Amino acid sequence: MSGGKQVGIVLVSHSGEVATAVAELAKGLAGGGATAPVAAAGGTPDGGLGTSSELITAAAEQVDGGAGVAVLVDLGSAVLTVKALLAEGDELPAGTRLVDAPFVEGAVAAVVTASAGADLDAVEAAASEAYGYRKQ
Amino acid sequence: MLDAEFFRRWLAAVAASVDREADRLTELDSAIGDADHGSNLRRGFTAVVAVLEKEPPATPGAVLMLAGRQLVSTVGGASGPLYGTLLRRTGKALGDDAEVTPGQLAEALRAGVAAVAQLGGAKAGDKTMLDALEPAVAALGDTTESFAAAREAADRGASATVPLQARKGRASYLGERSIGHQDPGATSSALLLAALAETADAAEGTA
Repeated sequence: MSGGKQVGIVLVSHSGEVATAVAELAKGLAGGGATAPVAAAGGTPDGGLGTSSELITAAAEQVDGGAGVAVLVDLGSAVLTVKALLAEGDELPAGTRLVDAPFVEGAVAAVVTASAGADLDAVEAAASEAYGYRKQ
Repeated sequence: MLDAEFFRRWLAAVAASVDREADRLTELDSAIGDADHGSNLRRGFTAVVAVLEKEPPATPGAVLMLAGRQLVSTVGGASGPLYGTLLRRTGKALGDDAEVTPGQLAEALRAGVAAVAQLGGAKAGDKTMLDALEPAVAALGDTTESFAAAREAADRGASATVPLQARKGRASYLGERSIGHQDPGATSSALLLAALAETADAAEGTA
């Protein structure tokens, strides 16, 4: 547990619609009560496809409540941009972590776990474990 | 010795060259990528030139770090964090010196290229920008004359990506169909090295 504070979740996709929809889906599946803070950082600021470090930084600041921030990404430049921002050291809130997880399933697992009050390690583990949910 | 002004001129030369070659880069990228490499890099380096004019840093290291940060925040594709990391890590390695030697730049660029390899998880032969950058930094030595050798090595490296199969990025989804096309990232990396050699030549000419 993380002392009453909840881990924040940031969802980074090449598409604004995908990021927003997955955030809604994860919150919806997390259940009735108040969920952990979730922010979507999808596409470019002008609404195109791509990755925006500006939107990612703003989203991380928005959901940061002091218990850490888990960032889930789709692919390519989304992965590399978050890694580059983390390597820089001062652009994302302290305790921000890139979580290696499938985007949709990982987002649901992360939001459910964070909403239950789990700490960042547990949120990360739950999201990563989603790689193991076989469908066939 | 190379001062902050030399580095600003180098990046301005990169911006001019990317602007000139943007259509070609996008065309290469439309064969095996998502057809945005030219326009993304043009937007990024235009922003680099603007920020360096607005608030010119005093040292070579600071010029490269500011430029790298600007690329990460403006490009919008994978080349943003990759080139941004190259410039930032190279700038960091140069430290606070007001002037650096070509040998120091060579050493710093090797650190920058290693950081790019680490970030992207790619290695030589994967049909990426590293296929131009690695032979180029290997050819860099203690003199500005070595910049021409680095330029040639980068060009050769970029051309040598044609028969390779892509193992990283969107092009890797194409499998064998990525063979026969020159890698856009290796091509733009060669432009970076060509601009370095041109900038050194121009500085010699006026010295």
